[in-house]
Amino acid sequence: MSPDLLIALTILSNFVLVATSRVNKAIQIAVVQGILLGLIPLAMGLGRHPHILLMVAATIAVKGWLIPFLLRRALREVHIPREVDPYVGYTVSLMLCALGTGLSLILAHMLPLKGGTKEILLVPAALSTLFTGFLMLVSRRKALTQVVGYLILENGIYLFGLLLVEDMPLLVETGILLDLFVGVFVMGIVINHIRTAFDSTDTRHLAELRD
Amino acid sequence: MALLLIAFPLLMALAAFLVDSSRLRARMLPVAGTLHLVLLLVALRHWDALPAGAWLGLDALGAWVLLVISVLFCICAFYAPSYLVLRADRDSRIFCVSLLAFLGLASLLAQARHPGVAWVAMEATTLVTAPLVYFNRNRHSLEATWKYLLIGSVGIALALLGTLFLAYAAHFGGLEEPLHYTRLMEHADLLSRPWLRAAFVLCLVGYGTKMGLAPLHTWKPDAYGESPGIVGALLASGVTSCAFLALLRIYGVMVAAGEVRFAQELLVGFGMLSMAWAMVFLVRQMDFKRMLAYSSVEHMGILVFGVGIGGVAARFALFHLAANALVKTVLFLAAGNIHRSYSSKTLPQVTGAIRRTPVSGWLFLLGFLAITGLPPFAPFISEFNIAAGAITGGHLLAGVAFLVLLAGIFIAMSETVLQVVFGTPSPQRVRTPYSDTVATTAPLVAALGLAALLGVWLPRPMFKLLEQAAVSVNGSMAPMEVRVGPRPAPVLTVEVSHD
Repeated sequence: MSPDLLIALTILSNFVLVATSRVNKAIQIAVVQGILLGLIPLAMGLGRHPHILLMVAATIAVKGWLIPFLLRRALREVHIPREVDPYVGYTVSLMLCALGTGLSLILAHMLPLKGGTKEILLVPAALSTLFTGFLMLVSRRKALTQVVGYLILENGIYLFGLLLVEDMPLLVETGILLDLFVGVFVMGIVINHIRTAFDSTDTRHLAELRD
Repeated sequence: MALLLIAFPLLMALAAFLVDSSRLRARMLPVAGTLHLVLLLVALRHWDALPAGAWLGLDALGAWVLLVISVLFCICAFYAPSYLVLRADRDSRIFCVSLLAFLGLASLLAQARHPGVAWVAMEATTLVTAPLVYFNRNRHSLEATWKYLLIGSVGIALALLGTLFLAYAAHFGGLEEPLHYTRLMEHADLLSRPWLRAAFVLCLVGYGTKMGLAPLHTWKPDAYGESPGIVGALLASGVTSCAFLALLRIYGVMVAAGEVRFAQELLVGFGMLSMAWAMVFLVRQMDFKRMLAYSSVEHMGILVFGVGIGGVAARFALFHLAANALVKTVLFLAAGNIHRSYSSKTLPQVTGAIRRTPVSGWLFLLGFLAITGLPPFAPFISEFNIAAGAITGGHLLAGVAFLVLLAGIFIAMSETVLQVVFGTPSPQRVRTPYSDTVATTAPLVAALGLAALLGVWLPRPMFKLLEQAAVSVNGSMAPMEVRVGPRPAPVLTVEVSHD
């Protein structure tokens, strides 16, 4: 499979994600995206490096299984209404996501790529995914969906990392894996505490501190 | 030595985790703090030139920041045992472990010579300090922790992207791994300009979030307001110093690459915005811990403003790092004492602190005067020189605006502080058994004394250290040069000799 197809599918999954109203489905899409991201390095022909294979395996295991497992468990235990109840409506989110993707293409066009780079879609896809993650973070109320947003944000960084992974494996691999795992792990703990304190993972409860 | 500075606090953290007696655990904090400071001073005494390819090592800038953090940690560590006795209902295990782990990770960050390592250390400090914010274990502290973690993680993710952009800028120019700061600065002219600029913007936003620059400071009032005073002190002067250092590292690469104009404009802009934003929220601030948080936003603004002005102002911005850290520690710890005594931190309830807790009340008042720039305290020296640097350096408008903002913040803060300290005691106040003791006030007096001392006298070795640190920020000794285009990269001057 060509890497461009996988990258395009990743961008497409961003759109599905911002338009979805169910927490459950949002987690599912995050899984799909995680697996797509795991496959891209293989499609790019990087499978010959054992250390990159290791990173691929870890990515698919963490993004495709471990984190969704943690999120689903939290979802099951809290019995929150499964509807996402966003600050920004779905249609508007979708339009913003499209706008963000367009801007990412323009921005990526302004950044020169090293001669001989085949995957010219990686940079715009990275920026667009990053933007989608941001959008989810600021426009959703549920702590769980915010964590999904954070996950998508990380996916954007991962996509950019692929541009460099062959030449600077050490920096990219350790950075990406550490960031992802520890970040979400700790958020899992906090979600647990929120659950016990409020019996719901709605961040509206977390709005008492203000000026 | 480099490894010892990192490993020692981490081992102490492990020991604190294993020890069962909470008394002994609390006693370990001052011991660890003092020994870390001694180790650092010994390391500075036997300072060696940094090997070019080293992954870890102290340069002047890292040493200066770590010195500030180590001193501040020491002050907090001496205060901690008496605080933990007052909070005997809380489990102190995680508290002590987090504090010690923070010290170890800050040492790692200060000595990291690789952007990736620095980033990992910064991320880790966020994670180990999160349990500290959640120390009180109530709804409010949970909300604060959630915001702290979420906003902090997003900031740190952006910084990672910035680090990767920096790596791509190097890759584009033909530089390969490992990307040590020294190497990046030496070969700065090879770096791809668009990527480098984008990397700086991302790192500024990312590490700026951790510093608490407006408008990315929204976690700050909550985290500082809801956590114990000692945690506030550590966050406001320790974690923010770490983030500032990480930002200065990439700024150094920008300077070496001749992109200093671009970077300075951004820094001055963020600095002014932070100060202005803080001033707006300081007006009629009823919660004195949140007031301190906004004051911290203001001082982070002053730091990046000073660096953005460059030259003399940048050197005094580094000095301000120490001045702010010392005085903020006094303020947060005194605020913590007053909070404990009134069991409230909002204004109508807390008035007349000078009568109920005379020592903490006076320290709070003096700390406020010091932080807003009253001579002879250290912040006066730095704030004065930053303003002078701006005005004489051709940034007349920025310099005047800086002074106006300082004055405005003084007026805004004084209303709250004067009521807390001198106001007539409110009839609805709560009686608590807390009263000032030597153990809860002596570390504060020491910190304030140190701030006053720094205002009039800076020991010679420290002055040299500061000067060299400023060199690595400014690129060269010549103040106020505006450089256009690439030029020979400055090499970090680490001198071996000390007199």
